[in-house]
Amino acid sequence: MSENLNDKQYSAEEINQEKRNFLIATSAVGAVGVAAVAVPFVSSMLPSERAKAAGAPVEVDISKVEPGQMITAEWRGKPVWIINRTEEMTAELPKHNDQLSDPMCEVVSQQPAYCKNAGRSIKPNIGVVVGICTHLGCSPTAKLQSGGDMGENWDGGFFCPCHGSRFDLAGRVYKGSPAPINLVIPPYKYLTDNTILIGVDMDEKA
Amino acid sequence: MTTNITEKTKAVATDVLNWVDERFPLTSNIKAHLTEYYAPKNFNFWYFFGSLALLVLVLQIVTGIFLTMHYKPDAELAFGSVEYIMRDVSWGWLIRYMHSTGASMFFVVVYLHMFRGIIYGSYRNPRELIWLFGVGIFLVLMGEAFFGYLLPWGQMSYWGAQVIVNLFSAVPFIGPDLSEWLRGDYLVSDATLNRFFAFHVIALPLVLLGLVVSHLIALHEVGSNNPDGVEIKEKKDKKTGIPLDGIPFHPYYTVKDLVGVSLFLIVFSSIIFFAPEMGGYFLEANNFIPADPLKTPAHIAPVWYFTPYYSILRAIPPILNSQFPGVAAMGLSVAIFALLPWLDKGAVKSIRYRGTLYKKWLVAFVVSFLVLGYLGTEPSNVWGQFGAWMGGADRATVVARIFTLVYFAFFILMPWYTKKDKTLPVPERVTGAA
Amino acid sequence: MKKLLLILLILPVMAFANEDVHLDKAPIDASNHESLQRGARTFVNYCLNCHSANYMRYNRLLEIGLTEKQIKDNLLFAGDKVGDTMKVAINKADAKKWFGAAPPDLSVEVRARGADWIYTYMRSFYRDDTRPTGWNNTVYDKVAMPHVLYELQGEQELNHETHELKLVKTGALSEEEYDTLVGDLTNYMAYMAEPAKQQRNRMGWFVLLFLGVLLVLTYKLKKAYWRDIH
Repeated sequence: MSENLNDKQYSAEEINQEKRNFLIATSAVGAVGVAAVAVPFVSSMLPSERAKAAGAPVEVDISKVEPGQMITAEWRGKPVWIINRTEEMTAELPKHNDQLSDPMCEVVSQQPAYCKNAGRSIKPNIGVVVGICTHLGCSPTAKLQSGGDMGENWDGGFFCPCHGSRFDLAGRVYKGSPAPINLVIPPYKYLTDNTILIGVDMDEKA
Repeated sequence: MTTNITEKTKAVATDVLNWVDERFPLTSNIKAHLTEYYAPKNFNFWYFFGSLALLVLVLQIVTGIFLTMHYKPDAELAFGSVEYIMRDVSWGWLIRYMHSTGASMFFVVVYLHMFRGIIYGSYRNPRELIWLFGVGIFLVLMGEAFFGYLLPWGQMSYWGAQVIVNLFSAVPFIGPDLSEWLRGDYLVSDATLNRFFAFHVIALPLVLLGLVVSHLIALHEVGSNNPDGVEIKEKKDKKTGIPLDGIPFHPYYTVKDLVGVSLFLIVFSSIIFFAPEMGGYFLEANNFIPADPLKTPAHIAPVWYFTPYYSILRAIPPILNSQFPGVAAMGLSVAIFALLPWLDKGAVKSIRYRGTLYKKWLVAFVVSFLVLGYLGTEPSNVWGQFGAWMGGADRATVVARIFTLVYFAFFILMPWYTKKDKTLPVPERVTGAA
Repeated sequence: MKKLLLILLILPVMAFANEDVHLDKAPIDASNHESLQRGARTFVNYCLNCHSANYMRYNRLLEIGLTEKQIKDNLLFAGDKVGDTMKVAINKADAKKWFGAAPPDLSVEVRARGADWIYTYMRSFYRDDTRPTGWNNTVYDKVAMPHVLYELQGEQELNHETHELKLVKTGALSEEEYDTLVGDLTNYMAYMAEPAKQQRNRMGWFVLLFLGVLLVLTYKLKKAYWRDIH
């Protein structure tokens, strides 16, 4: 029944079938076309090369950070603290676990797997912590020494001036703080003993 | 079981539709403007360009929105932001080329759409208002293109804007102040760029949308013309009241316009993917040099779609030390389209039934338009000079002057030659349904 | 009337006889990655001292077959990162003072002047003691730029009667080698002016194929519906 369609008379049923077939075919191909065209537009809203370059991993030289001191680096527009904990500071960490909301780092989104340990770090004494309060985003003030104006029970850590959240020297949040979870530990790795690359996971190639 | 689900879905859909229809004229409008809106059955190739113009408008708005996410309307940053889009934004180059090609294609489509109106007399009674809205759209479109062209802040952008804004200073008495007010500064600068951005992105698109809607409403009020110029509403079916030569716009013309869209997209894509610069006519080489207020390029020309009118501007010499006559002539050359419904005194609407006198004038007009258009892309000395017998005048300028006269004569003499024209008898019913 | 039409037919041809300088054809081949890499090296080593290419990122060169290590070791200035753009070494105000005009950014120079222009220009410098730099160029008269590659090409002199250039002092490269170097450089600059070009052309074929299918289907759909209309 497939001679030159232009010549013979077609029944209404045949015409309807033809319409239906091409309607389905054209709609299907059209839908594929629309989806294909949508891809570039949606993609164009992703971070551009400029944004990616600005957010690239940052190398930090930690050779001059004395024990008991910290420096602040910048990564993706955020402050990242690098804290050189003394042996004493590191030893203190597990002692106040009962005062913390999440001492064992159960909330896994807040640190890489290789930092799910007592010091939340690769090397036990060097803490690398994103300095943004997990409550509403202020940057907490460093109160590294125990006691002082934080009271005699203070073991050293960080105090957020906006709403009073308190964190220890590994960035873990104290109970009673408005902040619900521990500070974020960024992906990072050691390039040398004195150089940290922030923004790349330990197991990843730089 | 499946039939049950299909029937249940249909029932729910009907209920939802009824709920909407009780509160919003959805079904009634679909009927009035699509399924029970009757269009002549003999539309040909020339009738694709209206729906294509609508398609290009949508394309420009969508690509424009995505470009505005990355573009910076600041004299220091604009040029760089366009290159940022071309290189650093994912698929930015494609969006940019769609927008630049779309701008030129808009004019290709609109010129062809206008030509259809001319050859079939679509501007004649009772369709004068559709035509006037159309002329309004054309004027606003020219403004939109002009404002948009400054945004890349290249040499052509800058100096083109400089020249056009300076045209306004030729207006008697208020000219220089008017130019300063338009620029927002003593020269084309960051202030100008920022306001042209506002005009291009918000002000004119809104006006354009309003005019397009009005254009379509006016069309639907009287119904479309057709290649024979026959009024289909004059022969209606006695029982149904449906024009005998009319067919519902949906599905017949929705389906036919899809073919037009496919053809258009093929042309559009060929340009975007293989020749977005179009030999320097769509994207000019000079515009890849950042704007420099201290250095005018050797050869400034407006974008191709403005060149016929630019030619006319250049052809008129200063009169009584004023450039204004040239400026006025240029403005008139565009505005005069509005007068067509009243200049045409012909007995018939469509060129199919006009005589040779009219056809000769139409050919003369088209040739003028094309020659003036070409000349506008070149400097005045492109064809060299005549000898002393013509006072060493530029050949191109003389030719431009001759064709300027022909261009205006097409309109001004129209009441005379359309009346004198020996027309053919117009059929009762439309011919040649496709 | 006939005479006018005749004139109209002939005159457009004269419009194209408008060339001041003959431009040689540049050997552009965006698929030749080796050529592009050599051109990139020449560009970074010689041009980036005075010109910027502010819209070109170093890491884009991964596209033409270089590795990140190769980029870091051979192309980056100290302190630059691979994601940075090709910024210029010189200070713009100083450059303007020394040369009279600030050397323009070259990111899209090929789109502004054309590849043939660049290719011919870089091979058309000649000795001219009337110029402050001691150099002039047949493609761009009284150019402020000196012949940066003179050690490679050698020195040319212009015969003012015949308007021909002649190599009077040889450089480190033979004429053929120098032409290849400039060819590679121009090829690279053409690529740099629009890095997405190859991808664009490749995609175009698929898009047209798809639209061809769509055209056939929409046409058949139209025909099916229009059978009812006589």
